[in-house]
Amino acid sequence: MVTENDIWGYLEEVADPEIPVLTVVDLGVIRAVRLENDQCFITITPTYSGCPAMKMIEEQIIEKLNEKGIPNVSVDLVLAPAWTTDWISESGKAKLLEYGIAPPENEVDKSVLFSEPTVVPCPKCGSRNTRMVSLFGSTACKAHYQCNECLEPYDYFKCLK
Amino acid sequence: MNSLFEYVLRLGDDSLILGHRLSEWCGHGPILEEDIAMTNISLDLVGQATSLLGYAGELEGKGRDADALAFLRFDRDYKNVLLVEQPNGDFGMTMLRQFFFDAYRKPLFEKLQHSTDKHLAAIAEKSLKETKYHLKHSSEWVIRLGDGTEESNARIQDSLNTLWRYTNELFFTDEVDAELVEKGIVPSLQEIQNEWNATVTAVLTEATLTIPTNNWKQEGGRKGLHSEHLGYILAELQYMQRAYPNMQW
Repeated sequence: MVTENDIWGYLEEVADPEIPVLTVVDLGVIRAVRLENDQCFITITPTYSGCPAMKMIEEQIIEKLNEKGIPNVSVDLVLAPAWTTDWISESGKAKLLEYGIAPPENEVDKSVLFSEPTVVPCPKCGSRNTRMVSLFGSTACKAHYQCNECLEPYDYFKCLK
Repeated sequence: MNSLFEYVLRLGDDSLILGHRLSEWCGHGPILEEDIAMTNISLDLVGQATSLLGYAGELEGKGRDADALAFLRFDRDYKNVLLVEQPNGDFGMTMLRQFFFDAYRKPLFEKLQHSTDKHLAAIAEKSLKETKYHLKHSSEWVIRLGDGTEESNARIQDSLNTLWRYTNELFFTDEVDAELVEKGIVPSLQEIQNEWNATVTAVLTEATLTIPTNNWKQEGGRKGLHSEHLGYILAELQYMQRAYPNMQW
């Protein structure tokens, strides 16, 4: 008999399509798992409104659970409460760093004009002597930084609260 | 009239048309970072449009989903403000148009996230987080270009003189707003306008730009009366669905 805990375990095998080093559980986009008789209900939330990966995540979840012998899966998308980078697991943050993406720092409100960019340590050499190149990076959830010491250009998973 | 449908449709159309306009910069940005920034913002806006138009379709209750509303309406049925359909112009003009819009959307979403309508509140809460990044980006560029070189100042001042006439329509109100404000579902636009005025005055002053004294204002979009530019946008936006009805990506 499959339990909800088993389902959470299976979802650990579903990678985020844009950042494959993270699972969808690490990313915090799985909001609920519910089993009712032989029907499995999964609730997910998008990181950004226009995140193009959501459809793929939904399909991958269904495919994975089908593969695990759970035929009836429905995936529901909710917007509230809105996703925040606080929901990325500690192990997820460690995996990001290892992958070369700086994990979110605890930032202040971004609405302040010309505020000093957040200091984001270089994921390669650890130096704090880095600079923000652009607030917008290769995907909606990332900013672009460069290390002034080792010159490594890198992505920063920007804080969303 | 179904006021909430109309209201959500207006918000959705603003996001859709501005998102489409910004996407025209894809591959044409002045520098790679800005090309990426504008397409990121475009993606956020199109995502917001998907949420808003999807909800509008539910409220309407005629079986139209976000795609049906985005791709299968005639120009008169689009309710976006004229500002968002104006041509991109140069990079400065695009940033200024974005700034006027972001400075209106941020306080609006701040209020709407507490709406008694739970679905609208959820969309607003989500969108607000994105809008804060947009406003920071657009306002910094307006200041950088206004308070930049003689050339950049003159060009963005020209854009300001052109776009200023479209800003008042952001605060257009009619019976749709009146009914929803009275029911406590949406905020009064007067509050939003006060905050917009404060933000815009502060940023344009910092940018050493002169706010036009000509107060003649153009409106019509909220009633479906558009500038000629919308037709060209729709011709491109709707081409695939019109040429290959019901095609799926």
